[in-house]
Formats: sequence, structure tokens, C-alpha cells
Amino acid sequence: MSVVVRTVTRLLVPLALIFGAYVIMHGHLTPGGGFQGGAVLASVVALLIVAFGAERLRRRQTSLTSVEDLGALMFVVLAFVGIGSTFFYNALAGARGLFGGTEAGSLWAGGTVPLMNWAVGLKVMAGLGSIVLLMALFGGDDDR
Amino acid sequence: MTALTVLQVANLVLIVAGAVLTVWLRDLLASVVALAAMSLLLALQFYLLQAPDVAIAEAGIGAALTTAIFVLALRKTRRKEEEE
Repeated sequence: MSVVVRTVTRLLVPLALIFGAYVIMHGHLTPGGGFQGGAVLASVVALLIVAFGAERLRRRQTSLTSVEDLGALMFVVLAFVGIGSTFFYNALAGARGLFGGTEAGSLWAGGTVPLMNWAVGLKVMAGLGSIVLLMALFGGDDDR
Repeated sequence: MTALTVLQVANLVLIVAGAVLTVWLRDLLASVVALAAMSLLLALQFYLLQAPDVAIAEAGIGAALTTAIFVLALRKTRRKEEEE
């Protein structure tokens, strides 16, 4: 792509990453959450592919797959944290430990929900990013 | 009628116009751009109808990712629609 597109991409990528992370982080407080933030982060991957070409991202494909597996694994493990009571029981809420705050509207509250938001966000980002990357990598270009 | 109602109705008219344009255009790249514009206006409509959660998802998926996937698919196929 042209130098204009590449320069704008270099400026936009950090901003989009921060916005995606914000949407995931505040998923239990404000509109948004794991899926929405993950979609925002995946659009960063699409932006990079449009600006710099898919070939430069070919080596990242395995790490994207690893991140996707990590997200799925993290979600299931967090669901098993509360297996003492029930599957998906929020064992961390109100426990004064990690994300154990009890104040309404506090970022440090919600128990396993913010961590699950991160798991879903990582999985959605890696999954949708892989889809766009594989669409760009496979098959020849046909300029008719 | 309040200003908000006027904005919503104008936005709905533009959404329908974008959808009609998407089907009507023969150049598929222009069609994809019309679809992306329609998705963005739809996200604005969701926001006006006080569903910001859906609006973020629609803006991320509809306007950004499907457009990228459609453009990448177009690069690997033909740009013009053929007459049957």
C-alpha cells in the first residue's frame, strides 16, 4: 500500500489497541466486553494486513493460533475455579483477592468476570485475526 | 417531532439507501463499500436506540472485519458482476 496508508496505520494501531484493551477491561462496568473488544483488536490485524501485506504476517499465524487456544483454555480453567460449588461459580467475587472488590462500579470488582472477559477477548481477537489472515494468504491474486 | 426523531428517521432512510445501493451496484468493490457505509450507519442507529453494546459489536464486525474479508475475497475473484 502507499506511504500514506502505512503512516496512518502506524499512528492508528496503538490507539486501536488501547481502545480494544479498554473495551475488554471495562467489560463488566460499561458497554462492551470480551467479544466487542476482541473484534476491535481483530480489526487492528485487518488494518496491518491491508497496509503491510499478508506475507509479513505469515510467521505470526502460529502465535495467533496459540493465543486463541490460550483464551479458550483460560475460560474453561476460570469456569472450573468455582467447581467447589458449581461449574461457573464466581469464587473470586468478594474474596478480597484478585478482582475481589465489592464496590459497585469499581474496576477491581467482579471476580472471575473481568478475567473471563480477557479470555474471550484474546480468543475473539486471535480467531477473527486468523480468519482475515488466512483469507489474505491462501489462493492467488486475480486482477481481472 | 424532536431533533432525535428527525435524526433517527433520516438515518433509517440512509440505511435503506445503502442497502438498495449494495444490491443495485454492478461493481462489487463499490457494493462492498456501500455495505460498509450501511453497517456504520446501522451502528449509529443502534447507538441512537440506546444499545451501545450492540453498536460497538456492529461497528467492529460489520464495518471493519466483514469489509476486509470481502475486499480480500474480491482480490482473489472477479470485480465485476456478470450478467446471467
